[in-house]
Amino acid sequence: MSIKFSEDHEWIQSQGDDLVVIGITDFAQEQLGDLVYVELPEVGDECSRGENISVIESVKAASDLIAPVSGTIVEVNSRLEEEPELVTEDSMGDGWFIKVKLSSPEELDDLMDESAYNNFIEE
Amino acid sequence: MSADKQIRVTPLYQMHLDAGAKMVPFAGYEMPVSYPLGIKKEHIHTREKAGLFDVSHMGQIRLVGPNSKKALESIVPVDIIDLPLMKLRYALFTNKSGGVMDDLMVTNLGDEDLFLVVNAACKDADYDHLQSTIGDDCKVEFLEDVALLALQGPKAHEVLSEIAPSTSEMTFMTARQLVINGMNCLITRSGYTGEDGFEISVSAKDAEELAKLFLSNTEVEWVGLGARDSLRLEAGLSLYGHELDNDHSPVESSLSWALSKARRTGGVREGNYLGADVIISHLDEGAESKVVGLQPEGRMPVREGAMIEDELGNNVGKVTSGGFGPSINRPIAIARLKKSYIEKNSKLFALVRDKKIAVEVVSLPFVKQNYYRG
Repeated sequence: MSIKFSEDHEWIQSQGDDLVVIGITDFAQEQLGDLVYVELPEVGDECSRGENISVIESVKAASDLIAPVSGTIVEVNSRLEEEPELVTEDSMGDGWFIKVKLSSPEELDDLMDESAYNNFIEE
Repeated sequence: MSADKQIRVTPLYQMHLDAGAKMVPFAGYEMPVSYPLGIKKEHIHTREKAGLFDVSHMGQIRLVGPNSKKALESIVPVDIIDLPLMKLRYALFTNKSGGVMDDLMVTNLGDEDLFLVVNAACKDADYDHLQSTIGDDCKVEFLEDVALLALQGPKAHEVLSEIAPSTSEMTFMTARQLVINGMNCLITRSGYTGEDGFEISVSAKDAEELAKLFLSNTEVEWVGLGARDSLRLEAGLSLYGHELDNDHSPVESSLSWALSKARRTGGVREGNYLGADVIISHLDEGAESKVVGLQPEGRMPVREGAMIEDELGNNVGKVTSGGFGPSINRPIAIARLKKSYIEKNSKLFALVRDKKIAVEVVSLPFVKQNYYRG
C-alpha cells in the first residue's frame, strides 16, 4: 500500500477504493510532546483539504490537525479519546486518527512520498 | 530581533544543549522547555524524586543600605520591617490603582541587606521601578553574572544535605549562606512546584559545577519550563501575567493571604504603599472577582483565555491558566470569576472551540502542598 506525507506532518495511507487512513508522523509526535487529549471529527463529516478537522492537545498547547485531502470521514480511531498516548507510542500504527473516502483522489498526487518527506523535515 | 533585544542565554545553556533539551525563547532568553524525558515524566519525577530547574533567567536584586527595609515597605503591601533574619516572605509590587506589577520573594540577609527574586519577564521594569521609587533611599543592585537553580521534590533535601549537611535543619521559607565545594551559595528552602525544595543562587562561573554535583545523584533529573508550569498549576500557585496583572488588586487575585496584617486597616504600619486605598477597600469591603480552581468535566483541556458562562449564557469570567495535571491525570484550570456567581453556586461552562464544557469550582491547590515546616 502506498503511503504519502503532507507538509503538515501527516501520513496518508491508501487502502484502495479511494479510501485512506490518516495519522501524524513520528516527527510531528515528537515535536508535540506528551499528548493528553485528541478531539476527533464525527463519522459522516465532510472535510476539505486545508480545513481543521481535529485538535491534538499536549500538556503545553493545542494544535490543529489539518485535512491533507478532501472527502468524507468514514471511521475515527475512538481509542484515542481515552488513550491519546497511542499516538506517541505508535504514531504510524495504533495511533491513526481517521479514515477518509476521497472525493478528489487526484489530491494524493500533490503529497510527498517518503523520501521527499524525509528531505522536507531535514530542512 | 533588533541588536539591543538580542536573545540571552543562562550560564547553563551548554549543559541544556548537551542534555538534549528542546530550547524555546522565553522572556528574552533561550530556555529549556523540556528534556528528552518529556514534560509529563519530568513533572512526575519532580513529584516523586527530585527535579533540577535552571531559573537563572529570573531577576536577582539586592537592596542595601540603612533604610532598605523601610524603603521596600513603601512599595509593597507586606511587612518587611519585621521580616526576621534569614527568612523569606512573598511580596507584590503594586501600582497606583492597586494592581500588581510583579510578584517576588524577599529574603532578609541581615544588616539592612535584602535579596529579591523577581520574574524574568518583569525584571527590567522592576529594576526601573525600584530605582525611581526607592533608589534615593537605598542602593538597588541588579545582580549580574549569577545563576539560580531550583532543586524540587521529596528527595531534594536528601540530595542537598549529602553535599551540604546543615541544610537539613532548614525549614520552609528560611535562608542560609553556605560554601559548597568552595562555591558561595545563597540557599532558600522555597520553590514553585508545591513540593519541598530549595532555590540556590550561585555565581555564574560556579553554576555548571553545582548543577553537575546535583545531577551526579541518580534521584535528580533536569526539568524544563513546561513541567515547571504544570507543577505550579497543580499546586495552585499564581503566575504573573495570568492570575496576577496590572488591572487587578491582590484581593481580586485571591492573594489576600500575602497582605500582612501590619499593613492592613488597624495594623501597626497601615497602608502607605502604592494603591493602598484600593487594596485596603477591597480587603475591608470585598472585591467583585476572585481567582478559583476549575475542574473541567471530561478529558478536554480548558486553556487560558477560555470564557466562562453560566447556564443562561451570562459571562462570568475567564480562564487565566489551564492545561493538564500529569499527577492527577486530568485537565485542570484556574480562572478569574465574578464572585456573585461563585456564591450562587451556579452551573458553569467553559467555552472551548464553540463547545460548552461543564466546569466545577474547586478549592486550590489541586494537589497537596508538601512544604517542610519542621
